[in-house]
Amino acid sequence: MPTLAYRDALNQALKEEMTRDERVFLMGEEVAYYEGSFKVTRGLLSEFGPDRVRDTPIAEEVIVGSAVGAAMGGLRPVAELMTVNFGLLAMDQIVNHAAKIHYMFNGQVTVPLVIRAPQGSGKQLGAQHSQQLEMYFVHCPGLIVLAPSTPEDAKGLLKTAIRDENPVIFLENQNLYSLKGEVPPEEYTLPIGQANVARKGEDVTLIAYSAAFHLAMAAADTLAEEGVEAEVIDLRSLLPLDWETLIASVEKTHRVVIVSEAWQTGNLAGEIAFTLQERAFDMLDAPIQRVTAKDVPMPYSKHLEQAALPQQRDVLEAVRRIL
Amino acid sequence: MPKLEAALQKTEMVSLYRQMMLLRQFEEKVAEMYTKGHVAGFCHLYIGQEAVAVGAISALEPEDYVISAYREHGQALAKGCEPNEVMAELFGKATGLCGGRGGSMHLFDLEKRFMGGFAIVAGQLPLAVGLGLAIDYQKEDHVVLCFFGDGAVNEGAFHESLNLAKLWNLPVIFICENNLYGMGTPIERATSLVDVAHHGCAYGIPGIQADGMDVLAMRETVAQAVEHARTQRGPYLIEALTYRYRGHSMADPLKYRTQSEVEVWQSRDPLRTFSQKLLQHRDGVSQEELEAVEKEVAQTVAQAVAFAQESPDPPLDSLMKNIYVEPSEED
Repeated sequence: MPTLAYRDALNQALKEEMTRDERVFLMGEEVAYYEGSFKVTRGLLSEFGPDRVRDTPIAEEVIVGSAVGAAMGGLRPVAELMTVNFGLLAMDQIVNHAAKIHYMFNGQVTVPLVIRAPQGSGKQLGAQHSQQLEMYFVHCPGLIVLAPSTPEDAKGLLKTAIRDENPVIFLENQNLYSLKGEVPPEEYTLPIGQANVARKGEDVTLIAYSAAFHLAMAAADTLAEEGVEAEVIDLRSLLPLDWETLIASVEKTHRVVIVSEAWQTGNLAGEIAFTLQERAFDMLDAPIQRVTAKDVPMPYSKHLEQAALPQQRDVLEAVRRIL
Repeated sequence: MPKLEAALQKTEMVSLYRQMMLLRQFEEKVAEMYTKGHVAGFCHLYIGQEAVAVGAISALEPEDYVISAYREHGQALAKGCEPNEVMAELFGKATGLCGGRGGSMHLFDLEKRFMGGFAIVAGQLPLAVGLGLAIDYQKEDHVVLCFFGDGAVNEGAFHESLNLAKLWNLPVIFICENNLYGMGTPIERATSLVDVAHHGCAYGIPGIQADGMDVLAMRETVAQAVEHARTQRGPYLIEALTYRYRGHSMADPLKYRTQSEVEVWQSRDPLRTFSQKLLQHRDGVSQEELEAVEKEVAQTVAQAVAFAQESPDPPLDSLMKNIYVEPSEED
């Protein structure tokens, strides 16, 4: 299979969907002439022209709001927020408009919109540029929230997101853009709401997503050397969540560790742990563990930043606590 | 606007009068139904501002979009939404425009291209820009008429939307209903440049003031903006000077304005002044004809109330429907 970087897999998805459907267009800060702050939209302006690859002013509320309106008017916009942090300026349009319009108007109109936004920490970018804000969106019914961790998933899920009739928050990770991985050469899409059992194991289930998935995989390698077989599940889709896959794994391993780079309080881990004790209490042999970022605005200093973020040793410690 | 008065046939003039009368009587009935507990939630009445919606929307074609804020009963009716379905929505019934999901602030009718009432101040302006983009992208010749209040002018969304609409030269007509108060705060205590039309200058958008108490003036001004949007694609900013007779919402005790101010504006009541014009129309509209319109509208409104009262509540098993587009709808 050919190998592609995460950013190039996303680029392929955009290109293929724009070729497939003329209603699909891109808009956002620096997406056209600059070819994207992270070069995800490289080459697309020259291929599709300025009507379909649109630079916008730095004005996030109207970027998202006009994308919502364009979706209501029959188009399929893919709006890029340069980072999720800037997306906070567009929260009114995301939460009060995009997520509500289909329900509030009783299904008369759809909002087939994708909002792409990178997040991620660990590059000494300071408190305002080092955040994982998925829970702000996961909390809101009406949105779909995706957070792929590999090039293959990034491409397959972005294609599905563009074809979906609902507003999709597509969370990329700025630390993964250069990550290479195998991507099928043929046309494919991946379903929303389906987790990926990336590594099979019998002893403990590690549940993770986005960059934290790679942390979990690395921890599983170390555990294997010690004779512990961890099952690693990449959620991919945060809303909706694939409960069936999670519960099936708990039935097998009876032990769960959830790994996330977001803050601990209000983390998705809380929702997962609660639902697992609700739906699979009898199958659990130990308290569910969570490995998350510390509840602190991200400091700039390298060693403080690393102390705030979950590390491989934290995952290993969590596993050892319940084995 | 003598030019337009001369051009309009008697039937068109009477039709404008009938629509304004419908908006007036409908809202008076809504106030009554609110007091009786049939209409709930936040309810913002349009009484006093009828000439703006009726005049402006009469300058549109049916395929043109209208989008508005939360004081939108009047615009919905003027765009052709059925009074029965609007009233049923206010009653929260299954037969309402939005099946009882929306209520007073969230009317929507795709068929009539009434693209919604939105209840976050200025939230609908970016949406209007997007609808304009969809029109432009699909090479259609429709326009978008976007209503908002003077309170919205101070929101970032107003400025971002005007900027982008002009940058991309989209067929969006921004129409500010300046009723002098954002809730209880007078415009001069909230907006540094109180002449809203002048805000267009900052974005290279033509801005014009119109008499929002005069249905023909509104029609003519909006017609000019529509012509501009259809032929040159560009946006337009219209400031309609008007006045709401009632409070911001039904909950507003109205303690922030003087009786004399209210009387000055009511002396220019859009229905009364227009009826006087009609009585002087060259084709001769009689007092009896106007009274007949009034009675006919009263019947329509009474029917709407009866329809709403007799309609069923939305079924409980529909609570979780339409949060997402059901997969079957995609095919």
